[in-house]
Amino acid sequence: MTLLSVSRLTKSFGGLMAVNSVSFEVASDSVVGLIGPNGAGKTTVFNLITGIYRADQGEILFKDKSIVRLPTHRIISQGIARTFQTIRLFQNLSALENVLAGCHCQMKSGVIASLFHTPRQRREEKMALEEAMEALAFVGLDSSAMQLAKNLSYGKQRLLEIARALATRPSLIVLDEPAGGMNEYETWQLVALIEKMKERGITVLLIEHDMSLVMKVCENIVVLEYGSKIAEGTPDEIKTDPRVIEAYLGVEEDD
Amino acid sequence: MIQPKTIALIITTGILVSLPHFLNPYWVDVLNNIGIYAILGLSLNIIVGHTGLFNLGHASFYAVGAYTAAILNTKYQIPILWLIPVCGLSAGLFAMIIARPIIHLRGDYLCIVTIGVNEIVRIALINNVFGLTGGSNGIFGIDRPNVFGMTIRTPMEFYYLILVFGAVTIFLFRQLEYSRFGRALNYLREDETAAEGSGINTAHYKLAAFVVGAVWAGMVGNIYAAKMTIISPESFAFWESVIIFAIVILGGSGSIPGVILGAVLIVGLPELFRDLASARMFFFGAAMVAMMIFRTQGILPPRPRQYALPQNHASEEGGK
Repeated sequence: MTLLSVSRLTKSFGGLMAVNSVSFEVASDSVVGLIGPNGAGKTTVFNLITGIYRADQGEILFKDKSIVRLPTHRIISQGIARTFQTIRLFQNLSALENVLAGCHCQMKSGVIASLFHTPRQRREEKMALEEAMEALAFVGLDSSAMQLAKNLSYGKQRLLEIARALATRPSLIVLDEPAGGMNEYETWQLVALIEKMKERGITVLLIEHDMSLVMKVCENIVVLEYGSKIAEGTPDEIKTDPRVIEAYLGVEEDD
Repeated sequence: MIQPKTIALIITTGILVSLPHFLNPYWVDVLNNIGIYAILGLSLNIIVGHTGLFNLGHASFYAVGAYTAAILNTKYQIPILWLIPVCGLSAGLFAMIIARPIIHLRGDYLCIVTIGVNEIVRIALINNVFGLTGGSNGIFGIDRPNVFGMTIRTPMEFYYLILVFGAVTIFLFRQLEYSRFGRALNYLREDETAAEGSGINTAHYKLAAFVVGAVWAGMVGNIYAAKMTIISPESFAFWESVIIFAIVILGGSGSIPGVILGAVLIVGLPELFRDLASARMFFFGAAMVAMMIFRTQGILPPRPRQYALPQNHASEEGGK
């Protein structure tokens, strides 16, 4: 079953065609990788999916409903969660509070309930705390719950971002270079984590430059170059695709 | 078992309740001013401290509340304290109307527009809009408040009124800090994009922060009108907004004790050093410059929130 379907998505910034008529599909319970050289438009695609940018043209269907005009917070509460390429945590708040941000869209208390701490609000708060701790435990950060986000190591900050995304109870999680800046051990942990998410029934769409990770975890790979899709297929197909080799693996321009 | 915190709370309450009996009316009135500015500071703290939206027009919300109280009281003789919710609502509504079109502005831009709003309100009041505001003379003859048949007249009586209102404010705002709403404001301050990307309706919360802050400022406006019995546009000039802003920034934005300390320092200290009145602004300016260099987060910055973790996780934590 198709969970997310992107068709003829187009976005330009001034004269630059950042994303040019890109179409692909993400099946439920799969892990899909989006790769391509720097500047290929991968992050722009993610920003279009999550509503941070408005698409010029094209359609994005999530669970068969169009999300292309929705504001970001609505898209998130429909079940798409994301992490950012450059870590964007709430630096001066604790790890727990960062994850509670993810719980926000599952909660209902408004300003009156929050001022007076109604019984309903208290119950909701307690449940959110439990859920946040569970999300922290899922990524292995429950012992750092009370530490400020800025005091965590780089790898842990990445994991915390994933925990925050998971707390929104997504059916699709969109990871933008999750292994960026991670050492080998941390990357290995990340692979295990992605497998665990998949077991939980969460579909994963990820951008990643670490090819061994992509080839290991992804069932399907979409390759972008200069804003256009140049290939799509299983890791084995991608590895042998001459256009991909030429565009991406052949002329490595990373970092 | 009584916790140290509870003891400290009881002692503070005891001191605050008995304090006016040891002071002459002049000093009690100084305390009243500190109280009023502290509550105004706390209301602005929701907007500036918690949400990180620069608002240098807070006196306009305060003005709307005060004028609502003055007009309804002098024209229709509605008891002034009954008007507290009405003042809150009118200021909140005013904030909603003016904030909606400007809320997407960031940082300094928002700040400049709020200064403009403050000036518009002051000049509108001077020009006697709708023939209601009494022009530059303002409105006089506002009734004294009446609580259970007792008219509040002396500074000491007002002291208790302000103390109760302040205590309720502190209690409720503390509750707010420990809630979904309070956290959402903090997420916004820390990183707006990440907040939106975590499913938080940032536009809604920015507006809500403005409205909550304005509602409280409006209610303080009511108490101010009742205390002065005469109000005029000059009480709500840009300078008032600057003072309230400075209280929040100096004391510690986002921190309730910080804001109260800020009010004590900025409103109280100039009274202590009356003899040096001419050099007052000099010290005030120097203190602000020093703060911005050495302690940008304010004198008493907010402390991290504590949470009672669920039992199974809490025990794990203890073990490590």
